[in-house]
Amino acid sequence: MDRIAVVGASLGGLRAAESLRVEGFAGEIVLIGDEQHEPYDRPPLSKSYLTGDGHLTSVLLPHTFDGTMLLGSAAVGLDTRQKLLTLEDGTTQTYDGLVIATGTEPFVPPGIDTALGGVHLLRTAAEASALRADLHDEPHHVVVLGAGFIGGEIASTCHDLGIPVTLVDMAPLPLARPLGHEVATILLERHQVAGTRFRLGVSAQRLTHDDSLQVSGVDLTDGTHLPADLVIVAVGVRPSTSWLDGSGVAVDNGVLCDADLSSVSTPGVVAVGDVARWTHPLFGDSVRVEHWMNAVESASAAARTLMGRGEPYAAIPSFWSDQLGHKIQGIGIPSCADEVEVDLTDGVLATYRRAGRVVGAVVFEKPRRLLAVRRDLAAQAEALT
Amino acid sequence: MKITVDLDVCEGHGQCEFAAPDVFEVTDDGSVDYQETAPESERAAVVKAAAVCPVRAIVIGD
Repeated sequence: MDRIAVVGASLGGLRAAESLRVEGFAGEIVLIGDEQHEPYDRPPLSKSYLTGDGHLTSVLLPHTFDGTMLLGSAAVGLDTRQKLLTLEDGTTQTYDGLVIATGTEPFVPPGIDTALGGVHLLRTAAEASALRADLHDEPHHVVVLGAGFIGGEIASTCHDLGIPVTLVDMAPLPLARPLGHEVATILLERHQVAGTRFRLGVSAQRLTHDDSLQVSGVDLTDGTHLPADLVIVAVGVRPSTSWLDGSGVAVDNGVLCDADLSSVSTPGVVAVGDVARWTHPLFGDSVRVEHWMNAVESASAAARTLMGRGEPYAAIPSFWSDQLGHKIQGIGIPSCADEVEVDLTDGVLATYRRAGRVVGAVVFEKPRRLLAVRRDLAAQAEALT
Repeated sequence: MKITVDLDVCEGHGQCEFAAPDVFEVTDDGSVDYQETAPESERAAVVKAAAVCPVRAIVIGD
């Protein structure tokens, strides 16, 4: 193998390229990204980047990348027989090994016109910069479509900036699926105490606008209207895989991978980060994990696989969210639990079980309390391999 | 090997303690206690700890 192409120049792609060198790959590496910027860190984009000075340098990822970066032109096509990538600018790139690290992109519900003034998505640094500018322009009322982790973090940022905010979510209790009913209720109540308003069990039908095509509000499915001069669409993401259409690489809500992160369909192809779907050896579920830590850990696992030293990828999922001054941290896959035990004696500690076996834990503050569960899960995973 | 953690940046994620439990110990208030000098045998674990720190607070010296 002489030439490896890494498609996607964010955390997962960058770390995969670095890991290939750690694994001894001496050939050529080309890292292809659709954005103009060098790789940067996304978690701050919904938090400190919005309240801070807005300089991209504060979020650029330090790296030891040794290869060629091709930035500002997305991969738009893949020919797996000729091992040829086509980029948006019409150029092509050959490869012997391919790392798919294109991540996810925001899902925009039908009826939501993101071209209107004051309507934002939040995935890229450019989008965060645009949102930051509008937030600092003293909006009167912010509406966030989607009350998941990103929605909650944006609401928290609005509190810090003193801006009234309403979260709209189709679910009667946001985050009930990833965190369970009890923990989701605690978080909802804390937001309500802080002043976040909620419209739950409804979704946005369409956006209204004024004559200058600035957003003026949101029509909801229950027939009511919410005035808004700034709307953020944060209803979720979907894997960025449209460039793989017709390539033969198997995709079904993510790139379908074997346990070692190699493509189930195409030799010499691996996937990393939140675009990869594989069956987690410990949980036995087909998963796609949209956490920062998964981008890092799957990158080194996939690099080993490409170098012929692959093994089942069984890292214990681990995530966090910063909201209202709380650091919420979790491990495992709480959403697969059938039972949740919540201990409120010292902050919040939730332990999630399926069929009596621990599958995850969530804490507010006091991260030490996660370690025992995490080590237990890691030991279980170790025993499998 | 020398280790420095920027405690102004540290948010107490605790990933370092999981990667290198003999070197790092996350505190209950969301910071970290650590060995400023660790044996060379810990290098691989500390390199892993630095790589998985979400806020890149860990700097490894000679």
